[in-house]
Amino acid sequence: MTEIGGIIKGENMLDIRKTCSACGNRIALLSDSGEAKTYEELVTFADGFAAAVPSHSLVFILAENSFGAVMGYVACLLHECVPLLLNSATEASQLRHLCEVYTPSYIWLPDVNSSIGDSYTAIFKASGYTLLQTGYKPFDLHSDLALLLSTSGSTGSPKLVRLSRQNVHSNAESIAQYLQITAEERPITSLPLYYSFGLSVINSHLLRGATILLTKYSVSDSEFWQFAREQHATSLSGVPYTWQMLKQLRFMRMQTPDLRTLTQAGGKLSPELAKEYIDWAAANGKRFYVMYGQTEATARMSYLPWDVAAEKPGSIGVAIPNGRFELRDMDGIAISEPDKQGELVYYGPNVSMGYAQKSEDLLLGDCNNGCLHTGDIAMLDSDGDYYIVGRMKRFLKIFGLRIGLDEVERLILSHFDTDCYCCGTDEKLHVKVTNPDVAGQIPLFLEQQIHLFRQYIQISVVEKILRNEVGKVIAQ
Amino acid sequence: MTNLEKYNQIFIDIFDVKEEELGDNFTKAEVEDWDSVRQMNILSQFEETFDVILDPEDMMTFKSYNAGKKILAKNNIAL
Repeated sequence: MTEIGGIIKGENMLDIRKTCSACGNRIALLSDSGEAKTYEELVTFADGFAAAVPSHSLVFILAENSFGAVMGYVACLLHECVPLLLNSATEASQLRHLCEVYTPSYIWLPDVNSSIGDSYTAIFKASGYTLLQTGYKPFDLHSDLALLLSTSGSTGSPKLVRLSRQNVHSNAESIAQYLQITAEERPITSLPLYYSFGLSVINSHLLRGATILLTKYSVSDSEFWQFAREQHATSLSGVPYTWQMLKQLRFMRMQTPDLRTLTQAGGKLSPELAKEYIDWAAANGKRFYVMYGQTEATARMSYLPWDVAAEKPGSIGVAIPNGRFELRDMDGIAISEPDKQGELVYYGPNVSMGYAQKSEDLLLGDCNNGCLHTGDIAMLDSDGDYYIVGRMKRFLKIFGLRIGLDEVERLILSHFDTDCYCCGTDEKLHVKVTNPDVAGQIPLFLEQQIHLFRQYIQISVVEKILRNEVGKVIAQ
Repeated sequence: MTNLEKYNQIFIDIFDVKEEELGDNFTKAEVEDWDSVRQMNILSQFEETFDVILDPEDMMTFKSYNAGKKILAKNNIAL
């Protein structure tokens, strides 16, 4: 054990018992309705939760940004249950499918959602949340497994990322280091808990004994800013869309004296807008951090140090503490000279154990050995800062939603009588179909299935999708 | 098109609803699809369609069909 900033941290990430011994009556969570929970109360709650849920159980958490969700999550980590964090707005049919695939013994969900499991038994209630026992038989999980997150967040795919205790702990520790998080910080939640970036904010701050301001409001609501002002929020995190929205709301002209740290990840912010924020922040005593990551690396892989950011808008900066990058050319050989493009490969203790597609996969060990092929094409400048220039894999990131083009194609092909091909940019999904009769139904269908607003879906009708002999789409 | 027709059309396009559905009950609390993405989209459309620059405080209080009318009225747009 080492001691950092007066708070003792242990091997086990979020071992709040240890944080508690240093600052038990410090407030861990504050809600927008004015309620507070201390670190000690989190531990007490966790013990009550553990009395109902045996350790090494699989628990689905339908996560809102609220006490119930965060406390249930912390309780799982403390007592070595494995939570899968899901959007509380997950469609009933998608949730049922996930339950059938992974057979969780328990579901922790908001009281208002508890009708989802009519056939399940409610066994415990607290802070607006209900614990349902599903009746699925408990099964063995790998002993290192700590947490499961969904990669798509939207398509309801059962593909999950398997994260170990070490992954969660090390990434929170690296983030706390480079953002210089102390117990004095008061981040406000502007991202969902079930999203790896949003969760990383919670983890890195709980690790340092900070106070987290929990709200379900969005930055586009006046209630959000009232809460931020009244409770002196010190940091705000957003995906590119958050920062675009804040620009529209003329955030840079708002009075936000307490906000010191601003972070952006979850996709590429345009270099122009990044530069605007970086310069404005520097002139107003704030720090704007551009960062890069993936759920496959728990959350964070790089950050652009705020003090050099002004000269490098568009860069993702350097690898986080305890991580490193490598660029590889087409033949897999490491590139060391600047300005040459290659695949970005990341090494670090936060690289996930791998994916899961079914319950048996939860018994698998580490399949990645600390090495992640990001699928992004990057290059290096002469100072050693990285720039993302493209992507190898077929997915888009719109509003921080990861949209797998293959998955979208599969969805369309299975519901409509048409051939189709998807492409697009991080601004718009472009769907090409061959059957003009179904074209009009597709935007609404996709909106329901993947939760992408129709206005960001463009449909065109083509005569034919050209494919080669193995069925692969050629030159569109 | 009258200003009211233009106003309604913005909601019709963004929420894929019929004109009859617009009214007192068309609020963020009642309309499931009313999220921040749509909220900001409608506000952009207001600014474009009526050639106004909205006050951020007003944008954040835009939580219903009726509230939008009040915001535009403040900007001297009669519906």
